[in-house]
Amino acid sequence: MNYPNPFADAIDYQRMEQHYDQEALDSLNAISPMTRTQQPIVTGTSVLAVKYKDGIMMTTDCLASYGSLARFRNVERMLKVGDSTIIGASGDISDFQYITYLMDKLMTKEYNANNGQPLAPENIYEYLSQVMYQRRNKFDPLWNALVVGGFQDGKSFLGYVNLRGTTYQSETIATGYGAYIAQPLLRNAVEKRNGEPLTEEEAKKLLDDCMRVLFYRDARSLNKLQRATVTAAGVNISEPYSLETEWAFAENIRGYGA
Amino acid sequence: MALAGEDFCIVAADTRQSDGYHINCRYAPKAHQLSDKTVIGTSGFYADGLNFVKKIKQRMEWYFHQHDKTMSTTAIAQLISIMLYQKRFFPYYVFCVIGGIDENGKGCVYSYDSVGNAERVQYQAAGSGNELLQPFLDSQIGLKNRSNENETLNLTEEMAIKIVKDAFSSVTERDIHTGDCVEIYIIRKDGVECQKYPLKRD
Repeated sequence: MNYPNPFADAIDYQRMEQHYDQEALDSLNAISPMTRTQQPIVTGTSVLAVKYKDGIMMTTDCLASYGSLARFRNVERMLKVGDSTIIGASGDISDFQYITYLMDKLMTKEYNANNGQPLAPENIYEYLSQVMYQRRNKFDPLWNALVVGGFQDGKSFLGYVNLRGTTYQSETIATGYGAYIAQPLLRNAVEKRNGEPLTEEEAKKLLDDCMRVLFYRDARSLNKLQRATVTAAGVNISEPYSLETEWAFAENIRGYGA
Repeated sequence: MALAGEDFCIVAADTRQSDGYHINCRYAPKAHQLSDKTVIGTSGFYADGLNFVKKIKQRMEWYFHQHDKTMSTTAIAQLISIMLYQKRFFPYYVFCVIGGIDENGKGCVYSYDSVGNAERVQYQAAGSGNELLQPFLDSQIGLKNRSNENETLNLTEEMAIKIVKDAFSSVTERDIHTGDCVEIYIIRKDGVECQKYPLKRD
């Protein structure tokens, strides 16, 4: 005798279900999980800053690169916050624009509080470093290295904070490629003075010299830069300007394809 | 690093902040005074260390307002272990050492890993130079591996400071992350003193 299997339907159904599940799984696999910023896209290169006699001097160039493409050539990478603070940014430009928005929000709040006590550079620095640190703890960092310069009540302030929330304050600060090339030059110039502060002219020349070297060697730099000062007179960001360069020596370079 | 004497304690940390082969800053303190009887040294990830110390200070303030007294060194020691373990699965990347005076007026040192394992010890080195420092302390303070087994050490404050300075000078020679300056906190029953001692800057 050949009896029918009483569970045939159930087994068929189970197979169907299994088939359905597999399909669902496949379709789920096709959707990639949500990701956070894992690399910068449009980037700015070095920020240089020094303390000098009257306050802080900072320079950046005006380039926002898309990988190795010089994508945007007229970008301001320094931001005035309040009357005595400036923020210089390297790294992801869109994240910097978000920070610009945050600072604007913060200053609007301060304006409305109207408490006659403006935020000091130290306060803005602390706020920024906490934002950066909290975002790194969410594994969603703001991909920047920021330099905060300020001058208030006769005191200079110069601090650094990066995408991990790491902070330090120093007489000279350089980010990105500048940390390799300009920082030694800056430290050398400052330490040579044995505690005697740089004059405005000296600081200008020092930063220009460093930016020139960076323009020669940093392939993501541009000979169009801005200089900012923070002094008792307030924050001043210059119009873009260029440096004198000398390329005649390039004729004599041999090797590496030349 | 930290070491405990009979009625005093020393916590010392260099002030260099580095990132790979870079020196970020020559003066970025990582030893912090928590109370008149306790000092903490943090090594590892600087931002975590700073924020961890901030949180400890906040908890100590709450404790002060609740109990109307400053936290003792042993209480802080237990608090730190708990706070580190609370972040067991996303740890603070810091290797702490605390030094201070306990309730009996004796010098004490507590050592931790990043997830809150804690141990009371006589002396401890932590951080990038720890492989170089610890054996030196084992020899000079622990009197380990000596031919004369009956040797005893009566560690005075002067001796201890001398050992700390020698230790840091030596480590500076071999460890690229150590240098610039060492801050030496001396914790006595009548308060804390901080001395600075310059190290090589190369």
